[in-house]
Amino acid sequence: METVTLTIKNQPDLYLEADNITPDAFAGKKAEEIAGLHVYVGREQHRLGDFFEVSGNAGATPEETKIVVNGDLSRVKYIGMKMAGGEVVVNGNADMYVGAWMQGGKLTVNGNVDAFAGTGMKGGELVINGNAGNYLGAAYRGDWRGMQGGKIVVKGNAGSDLGTFMNGGEIVVGGDVDVHVATHAEGGKIVIKGNAKSRLGGQMVEGEIYVLGDIDVMMPGFAYREDVDIEMDGIKGRFALYEGDLGERHRKRKGQPIYAKLYQQIGA
Amino acid sequence: MAEYLIKNGFVFDPVLGIKGDKADIAIKDGKIVETTALSSPKVIDAAGKTVMAGGVDVHAHVAGPKVNVGRNFRPEDKLFGYKPRNGIERMQGGFSVPTTIRTGYNYARMGYTTVMEAAMPPLFARHTHEEMRDTPILDQGAYPVFGNNWFVLEYLKNHEIENTAAYVAWLLKATKGYAVKVVNPGGTEAWGWGLNCENVHDPVPYFDITPAQIVTGLIEANEYLGLPHSMHVHANNLGNPGNYTTTLDTFQLSEGIKPNSKFGRDQVMHHTHVQFHSYGGDNWGNMESKAKEIMDYVNSHDNITIDMGQVTLDETTTMTADGPFEHHLTELNHLKWANADVELETAAGVVPYVYSPGIKVCGIQWCIGLELALLAKDPMRVFITTDHPNAGPFIRYPRVMKWLMSQEAREQQLDAFKHKDKVIDATNVAGIDRELSLYEIAQMTRTGPAKSLGLSHMYGGLAPGLEADVAVYDFNPNEPYAPDDIEKAFLNAEHLFKTGVQVIRDHEIASNGNKRTLWVNAKVNENPQVMRDVKEKFLRYYTVTLNNYEVTGHYLPNPYVIEVDATQ
Repeated sequence: METVTLTIKNQPDLYLEADNITPDAFAGKKAEEIAGLHVYVGREQHRLGDFFEVSGNAGATPEETKIVVNGDLSRVKYIGMKMAGGEVVVNGNADMYVGAWMQGGKLTVNGNVDAFAGTGMKGGELVINGNAGNYLGAAYRGDWRGMQGGKIVVKGNAGSDLGTFMNGGEIVVGGDVDVHVATHAEGGKIVIKGNAKSRLGGQMVEGEIYVLGDIDVMMPGFAYREDVDIEMDGIKGRFALYEGDLGERHRKRKGQPIYAKLYQQIGA
Repeated sequence: MAEYLIKNGFVFDPVLGIKGDKADIAIKDGKIVETTALSSPKVIDAAGKTVMAGGVDVHAHVAGPKVNVGRNFRPEDKLFGYKPRNGIERMQGGFSVPTTIRTGYNYARMGYTTVMEAAMPPLFARHTHEEMRDTPILDQGAYPVFGNNWFVLEYLKNHEIENTAAYVAWLLKATKGYAVKVVNPGGTEAWGWGLNCENVHDPVPYFDITPAQIVTGLIEANEYLGLPHSMHVHANNLGNPGNYTTTLDTFQLSEGIKPNSKFGRDQVMHHTHVQFHSYGGDNWGNMESKAKEIMDYVNSHDNITIDMGQVTLDETTTMTADGPFEHHLTELNHLKWANADVELETAAGVVPYVYSPGIKVCGIQWCIGLELALLAKDPMRVFITTDHPNAGPFIRYPRVMKWLMSQEAREQQLDAFKHKDKVIDATNVAGIDRELSLYEIAQMTRTGPAKSLGLSHMYGGLAPGLEADVAVYDFNPNEPYAPDDIEKAFLNAEHLFKTGVQVIRDHEIASNGNKRTLWVNAKVNENPQVMRDVKEKFLRYYTVTLNNYEVTGHYLPNPYVIEVDATQ
């Protein structure tokens, strides 16, 4: 595994659109070539090297390439976008669309990320050791194809509209979440270890939500079914099972409709 | 203006009857001229290349409110598809609902120079014209929709052809429209009651009239006026298994009516996107092709022209004034739905759709469209369209040409279907070995549509006197080629002239052209009753005044008026 280190040296006047910061774009390139890859500031095209010190050469393939990005990246968008392999470590806070449409590999952020991290994600692992913004693992605006696969882990809190139009994969949030969880989802699994506010599973067709803390307001479209014992991935306890969204269409298996499931922990 | 001589190309031109022979095409003052009329032309070496007239699209949804709803509610259609400004080439975006700029450029890149917007809601004619104005290069016109219009329904209930014709003439002038379009006659009005008209004798609620009366009456009004184009219909019952009988019933409404037009067309009915209207069976499980039955009728009745509405197997955006159909579609695919009612005139719906090669019905639809063209006895009456963007985006026309010109290409696609055997069982295309020639393609994409539109005095050929709309493609028909070479070459014209201006040079956009908007000014005898009805309906029902309705001045900076005199 070869390591390329990027350290931000100039902050952009606007925001930097840096979708080239991926092992896939870097693979097979030397430091000077990587510095020559393009980035956008507004409608102007610049070189990656205009904003970052680049040291180290990439591996021959994405899988053999690790990228470490250092500094204040709160004005840098699209880090790791569409990455299919290799590894990216971000040491700092990053702006929107981190790991969006990611297909493989591992992306770790040692800081916070803004909105739309893991948008339309298909595979790989996205770990955020700080907080995540709104629309984590959601669909792009207008699209009906949200997160399809892979795994997102957030150590801190997440914002609103988590997992909108989620169809697969898994999101685990260590802390609390804001309103709107798994809206329109048709699959996938969301685990919230802290508290949730309201509007969980609105227009949800299929998939699972687990909440270990409190829920301020339950959607009226979810009906309580029964209490169940659950043991999975380090979670153990007694949960109340709700099914919904009763106002949505649901496919049937052996004549029985399949609902989305919401589990809330009620005991150890 | 500059003179050009396009030398030594392989020319395909149904007007001159040239079938791939070497010929020189001369351009002067915006027109095709005899080569002897040139003094010091700029010479374009077209040796080893294909030369045709500019393409003419008889039916596409490229401008106006429902196209813009599609753009607005599908940001994902533009995702990763933007192309920044480059020299004179302006910024472009979008795939199935592209920006106006991309619409103009992409048609030009395919060698098309004239494109008709197929459904203009009269109340939003201003918006439609604003978008056409912003579409570079192309000559365009728009068809106002009449088939669910309250004036038309009330006049035709009593078979008042003269009043209908006077209203049609007034509305064409007010909206700067080109032709009489009919979408799901009566059915879209019924949609206001949550209903539909599923066959030609299904009565329209409240109005006490049937789709058959609407279609026949509008054909008669169209011929009373002697308009350049015929009545242009999208029949009832679109997209439903078993609907081919409704289509045949609609065709029959044209029987016995003779064209009355100075503009050289032979048809009194153009039926659009016939692929969507040629289904047998009675549910999605047993749905099958009835293209043979449909084409048996078309082939034996020369007062009808049709276009294909070929499914291209893409993710696209459906949009139509057939409001009930779009509701039906969103119930099928559960994707987002936009629905609009246009006061006394029409309605519309928009739904994204994915035509997947993994779905049997999509495969059958793909076969049916191709069968229509492959079973056509007269390529001058069957035109290539995708009902853009309903069955697929217009940039797939070269792919449709490839499928029509190559049995090998069709077999490749059939092999790629998940339910290949079931698709073949339900269709005829696998047994058809016909491969269309470039001459026949020129008939289906140039000469035929131009004639059907009543524009063969301007477009569709390379005879001296016609507009200098000429495409040069990097394609040598006399050398061996793979099917994909057809698509590649016809997607990317090497040179294109629009009214004598070189708009593409060496595959690059060289000019934004001098786009014109065509409209038809039909003069009729004064009709105080119709004018009183118009005033009254605007006072009583419309949300706008007459003064805010008419399309004038700056909406058409470069109008081209076609005058028709129907005074008697």
